[in-house]
Amino acid sequence: MSDINARIAGIVSENDIVLFMKGTPLFPQCGFSSRAIAILDHLGVGYESVDVLQDMEVRQGIKSFSEWPTIPQLYVKGEFVGGSDIMMEMFEAGELQQLMRDHSLLPEA
Amino acid sequence: MAGPIQQEIEATLNAAFAPDRLDVINDSATHRGHSGDDGSGESHFTVVIESAQFAGKSRLERQRMVNRALGDIPGERVHALAIRASAPGE
Repeated sequence: MSDINARIAGIVSENDIVLFMKGTPLFPQCGFSSRAIAILDHLGVGYESVDVLQDMEVRQGIKSFSEWPTIPQLYVKGEFVGGSDIMMEMFEAGELQQLMRDHSLLPEA
Repeated sequence: MAGPIQQEIEATLNAAFAPDRLDVINDSATHRGHSGDDGSGESHFTVVIESAQFAGKSRLERQRMVNRALGDIPGERVHALAIRASAPGE
């Protein structure tokens, strides 16, 4: 396993919810990253974010790690969930809430 | 008039999935001046595709199938490709 794959594997295993994005939650640099953040904030879950614009190695490495060509990318409990389209579709269907609930990641109602 | 990348996306997806429905929509104008706009007028697309090949596949698998078919277009030659993939009857 290359160094960058090991690094990314570490990030996704050490954090329950990780969003690889462009920019930061406060200042997203792309509409799709912004939408992903809005969904996570709406769910009220805690998450870690990685700004790929600040790290070229991760920016390239995450694409092959996930076999997914675009940013943002969401990981929950080490599993790749998808990009912003999938997050939105899952959210609208209630499936993202269920996924978080299944992992006990939703805040108490 | 569809640009060269849009035509390539349409031809590739038609060949790969024999879709019942395929709409490739160029959203680039609505993202003009945003990050990811490279001035080509072909930076952002939405693909709406319905094909029997998606039956029984998860959302993730469907998007992977479309991305794989399109090779280096999503994320490299095109900044953003939104994909709405469905099977007939959904």
